[in-house]
Amino acid sequence: MKTLKDCKKACRVKVVKLNADTDLKQRLISFGIMKETIIEVIEYSPTKSTIEIKVGKMKIALRANEAQKIEVEKI
Amino acid sequence: MNEDMKACPITAKHIKVALVGQPNVGKSMLINSVANSHLHVGNFSGVTVDKTEVIFDYKDYSYTVVDLPGTYAFTDYTIEERVTHDYLSAQEYDIIINVVDSTNLEKNLQLTSELLTMSKKVVIALNMSDEADRENIQIDENYMSELIGVPCVKVSAVTKLGIEELIETVSLANETPNNGSKLIFSEAVEEEIARLVWYLDKHKYESVNSYRNIAINILKNNKRTYEKLHDNPIWTELQPILIDASRHIELHHDSDDIKECFAEEYASFNRGVVAEVVKSKLLEEKVTMTEKIDFILIHPTLGIPIFLFLMWGLFQLTFEIGAIPMDYIDMFFSWFGNTIGSTIQNEDIRSLIVDGVIAGVGAVVLFVPNIIILFIGIALLESTGYMSRVAFLLDGFFHKFGLHGQSFIPLVTGFGCSIPAYMSARILKNDRDRLLTLFIIGFMSCGARLPVYVLFAGAFFSPEMAGNVLFIIYISGAMFGLVAAKILKLTAFKGVDEPFVMEMPKYRLPSVKLIWHTVLTKTMMYLKKAGTYIAAASLLIWFLSNYPHNQELEKEYNSKIEIAVSEDKKFVLQNQLAEGLLEQSYLGTIGKFSEPIFAPLGFDWKMSVALQTGLAAKEVVVSTLGVLYALGGDVDESNSSLVNAISKHISLASAIAFIIVVMIYLPCLAASVVFTREAGHIKYFFYLFMFTSIIAYVMAFLGYNITLLVV
Repeated sequence: MKTLKDCKKACRVKVVKLNADTDLKQRLISFGIMKETIIEVIEYSPTKSTIEIKVGKMKIALRANEAQKIEVEKI
Repeated sequence: MNEDMKACPITAKHIKVALVGQPNVGKSMLINSVANSHLHVGNFSGVTVDKTEVIFDYKDYSYTVVDLPGTYAFTDYTIEERVTHDYLSAQEYDIIINVVDSTNLEKNLQLTSELLTMSKKVVIALNMSDEADRENIQIDENYMSELIGVPCVKVSAVTKLGIEELIETVSLANETPNNGSKLIFSEAVEEEIARLVWYLDKHKYESVNSYRNIAINILKNNKRTYEKLHDNPIWTELQPILIDASRHIELHHDSDDIKECFAEEYASFNRGVVAEVVKSKLLEEKVTMTEKIDFILIHPTLGIPIFLFLMWGLFQLTFEIGAIPMDYIDMFFSWFGNTIGSTIQNEDIRSLIVDGVIAGVGAVVLFVPNIIILFIGIALLESTGYMSRVAFLLDGFFHKFGLHGQSFIPLVTGFGCSIPAYMSARILKNDRDRLLTLFIIGFMSCGARLPVYVLFAGAFFSPEMAGNVLFIIYISGAMFGLVAAKILKLTAFKGVDEPFVMEMPKYRLPSVKLIWHTVLTKTMMYLKKAGTYIAAASLLIWFLSNYPHNQELEKEYNSKIEIAVSEDKKFVLQNQLAEGLLEQSYLGTIGKFSEPIFAPLGFDWKMSVALQTGLAAKEVVVSTLGVLYALGGDVDESNSSLVNAISKHISLASAIAFIIVVMIYLPCLAASVVFTREAGHIKYFFYLFMFTSIIAYVMAFLGYNITLLVV
């Protein structure tokens, strides 16, 4: 199982499943992150604890912990 | 609309508009443009955390626009989202203006599609259309209106394009009956909606909302609809149908979360709309300006040094540029005091006006230039989009101290003023994280403390160093805050962390007008406070420091002065008298009383008093020192300014301890009230009081003794 956390900089992936609890899932969904969404990894923060991703035209920052809960596949 | 209120001609033609949109789409800015062109301007700060109402007239109608906090979706995730959701579903209003960002339509429509299922009249304002033009994004608004079934108008809050058309559309939509939107779901969902509608229709269920609307809401697990139906006899029959319907939809979406299913439904509808109405000539992979800037600003190694450099620059500017007009302001107030003073015969009243009010207020007004620069800096930080980059850079670091990356936003706001900072802590969803942030905000030195720092930095350091000293004061305040956060996180606020998911908005050149507006409002507030609150406090302090008059002491010294031969001797005696009188006064008594408490920190009673009056407002610290040292026998003409008085009377070690206390102890009265309100219970105020007092005392004690050892 591959998660968003495992993705390298500049890689593009498709969301397969959100393995998050209801709260986080709602939060991700309201940012447009759901099944079939295409995500591009833009940048890592200095300690690699935070990831910047691009969904559509929006850039979103999220913690590696949260990224781990997003199951993705290569496209 | 308000049929029963038609008796009153003013309310009869009234339209109440709810302004809704995702965060950062320029709602407040739009209101500004709308109201500016029709007077009655409201009072805005950069971020809307609570609903704000603006009233204006246009043609035959009077409009009330309610600016609601930005929300990504109806998820009740943060307090702001709850404010918006509650308002929209429970309050009375006529029409919704949904503001969307034309440059990112698909994402914005996510909220729009939820609004469309509310059976309220909606007008969509396609904001930032000027920006969309520049990015070669073309939206066919007529086709979009037709597809969605609600009017869409292209506007730009910046260039004021389409503002009038928007208002006209609103009044037109208000007059025409609500046709409902054309939002359609997938076949599976539509099938279930039809089944529920048929059922409701069969039982002639009474409701103001349409059956379709009820069906959608109940499928989405909407609490309000649910509760209403639950008390109705038809519920027993409806329930199995509903369970069956939900199962069908969940199966269709391969998910066990009905909300996720609906989110996917909305998303696919939106994708369809965007595909039809948006023509983008832009090449997909072109690197945008934002990406170019981000390449440098959030660079893994350069990002943080750049941020620190920018902050350092801000404090340098605050001191360097702020110092230029200071001499003139100082000169003006001493001239003003002398001029006014010479016209007043009565010695007591003259002293009241000159030494009390003018000295007190003057000491505060002196720092207006510094305050303006600091406010401009923070307004820039807030409006360019850089703030979220810093949150991104610092989240890892903050997280180590138990804080949330998004805590950064209220914390930075705290450098301006603690009050909006306490309010903006609402973006944190988790109560523990929010409380923790609330406790730490006070460590970020607010604008009102700046005068104290500038005063002391100017008194003890050369002008070249003073800017650096300011920077160090602010940074170390923040560091104390982080350590305090860690302590609190390990003790009082243990628990699971809140997820960190945050939008990084596009960089925008801030509009000069908006910055001007924000800075002007805040500066006027500061001046108003100086003119009213602080003038009154100065009066009180003057009174407390002049009374009771000790006749005996006066007599004794006056006779001594008379016998004295040389001018020098007279002068010394006069000073001694003034000093003695001050010590005998009410304020002196209070100061003397509390002096033993502050003695280990090296404070004299004047400094002790200044700290206590500072509990009302931090500016009062400076005005108290101003009054006390103006009265306190320092009559030597060449030494008239407060800066000189301080460098003469206070040792470096005491000054450092004093700064540390000001840095850490309880924020002003107004901020404490807001803190208590936001924290939700009075007990938190006492905790805050204890917490900050103890830390302030201990740190100041250390600071004092270490300086004594080193210097």
